[in-house]
Amino acid sequence: MPLSAPAADNHETPEISPEQAAAILAHNQAVERQVRLRSRRAFVGLGLAGLAGVLGWRWLLNSPPAEGLPGGLRKVLEANETLARTYFKHARLAPEFPKSRAEKLRFNGKVGLPPAFDPATWRLTVQGYAPSGNSARTQHLTLAELQALPRTEMTTEFKCIEGWSQIVSWAGVRLSDVLAHYPLATASGRAIADLAAQPPDVAPYVSLVTPDEKYYVGIEIEAALHPQTLLCYEMNGAPLTLPHGAPLRLVTPLKYGVKQIKRIGTIAFTAQRPADYWAQRGYDWHAGH
Amino acid sequence: MLAITEKKIVAKHPLAIRWFHWVNFPVLSLMIWSGVLIYWANDVYRLGWGDTTVLKFFPKSFYQAFNIPFKLAQGMSWHFVLMWVFFLNGVLYVGYTAVSGEWRYLLPTRNSFREAWLVTLHDLGLRKEAPPVGKFNGAQQIAYTSVILMGVGSVLTGLAIYKPTQFGWLTTLCGGYKSARVIHFGLTIGYVLFFLVHIAQVVRAGWNNFRAMVAGFEVVEEPVLPRAPDEL
Repeated sequence: MPLSAPAADNHETPEISPEQAAAILAHNQAVERQVRLRSRRAFVGLGLAGLAGVLGWRWLLNSPPAEGLPGGLRKVLEANETLARTYFKHARLAPEFPKSRAEKLRFNGKVGLPPAFDPATWRLTVQGYAPSGNSARTQHLTLAELQALPRTEMTTEFKCIEGWSQIVSWAGVRLSDVLAHYPLATASGRAIADLAAQPPDVAPYVSLVTPDEKYYVGIEIEAALHPQTLLCYEMNGAPLTLPHGAPLRLVTPLKYGVKQIKRIGTIAFTAQRPADYWAQRGYDWHAGH
Repeated sequence: MLAITEKKIVAKHPLAIRWFHWVNFPVLSLMIWSGVLIYWANDVYRLGWGDTTVLKFFPKSFYQAFNIPFKLAQGMSWHFVLMWVFFLNGVLYVGYTAVSGEWRYLLPTRNSFREAWLVTLHDLGLRKEAPPVGKFNGAQQIAYTSVILMGVGSVLTGLAIYKPTQFGWLTTLCGGYKSARVIHFGLTIGYVLFFLVHIAQVVRAGWNNFRAMVAGFEVVEEPVLPRAPDEL
């Protein structure tokens, strides 16, 4: 608080003596010296902290690249993935919407969709899980065989990694329902009885590749077995069109659109994390919601 | 009578708060930068109505000036790395102000709104006297508390966009995925506006005030009354 004496008192107070003034001046000089010292220390400290920040940033940027991304950044993305896979409830359902809210889905991305393609002769190839030592089992499926399996419909929000999103109605067969009939995800060849408690010999990863092998994605088994993960053959009440991935595409509200591969040629159950087109180009491999 | 003042060093900002402040400044800047890298990939927001656009987010020149285009992957990775620093720094700041009692200076009180109005009038040159204030004036209390609430909003809307299935309830609470993105973007514009006013005010307030955010203290000059020499 400023010391201000009442005006009336001013007449009675004596002048400040020269000794007192000198003492105050000396005191002020001492304070100023201290201010300079402490300021210098603080600003140098802040400067050093800033320098450390810049060096840390450069160190991260210059860490050996991993799939189109500085390795340091990739490590953090993988830590985020581990957190999500460890602590999230995998069976949690994405919100569903009334069918009436479905929109016409925007076309985006044509890698793996060359025009020379005959849907009539198309077959889905499924390679069973064969960790080293086991013999590989391969199953070929026609669209009719897939459509004979239990049909699932859902209206979910399709979210593109670019930032746009649309509500779309889908119909297809759950990947988990395919696996109930063709138990190819386990090394033993036994069906997965309880989706919540996967058997120890289940493949940890699933690889999905277009017939021309130009586009490929990988997803983790939890996402593959999720009840909203469909091998889809209908969109908004009509058969899937070629630009949207006919005859069969992956649809899952658990992942960005980049993972929802169109025109699936081969599905394989793998021990190693499968190659992923966009993850190789600097995106997060997990890309999970 | 001799006009003499005595200088005093008065502690203002605790070390912890200075750290939180100076960590937040570059981290929030980089969050905004990486956010713009992401936003570029689907830059649909604008201010306007019908076919009239008052302000497009953002003009091409803006993207070119800051070298924004075709860096979505890079933007996402930085965003999902720095989010941890932004979040933890914010939690520590709020925790510290709560435990240390600093919140008493920062939270608005019943008088803050009236005081903020008087401060604003004074700052705009419409009122001669500045109202007497404590460590922070009412306008500061409102601004510094609002910006923390905005931070909470950014984290929650961010989570609603980042994990819209796991936090589906949060996404729904935000009015859906698209709406969560709009709010997330709007809050970011809010930080930029906050920053502009903040910088202007820091410049206005002068060196003593700025130094307090770095070194922690202010120098106060008090008029001296004559005293007996032994009192000095």
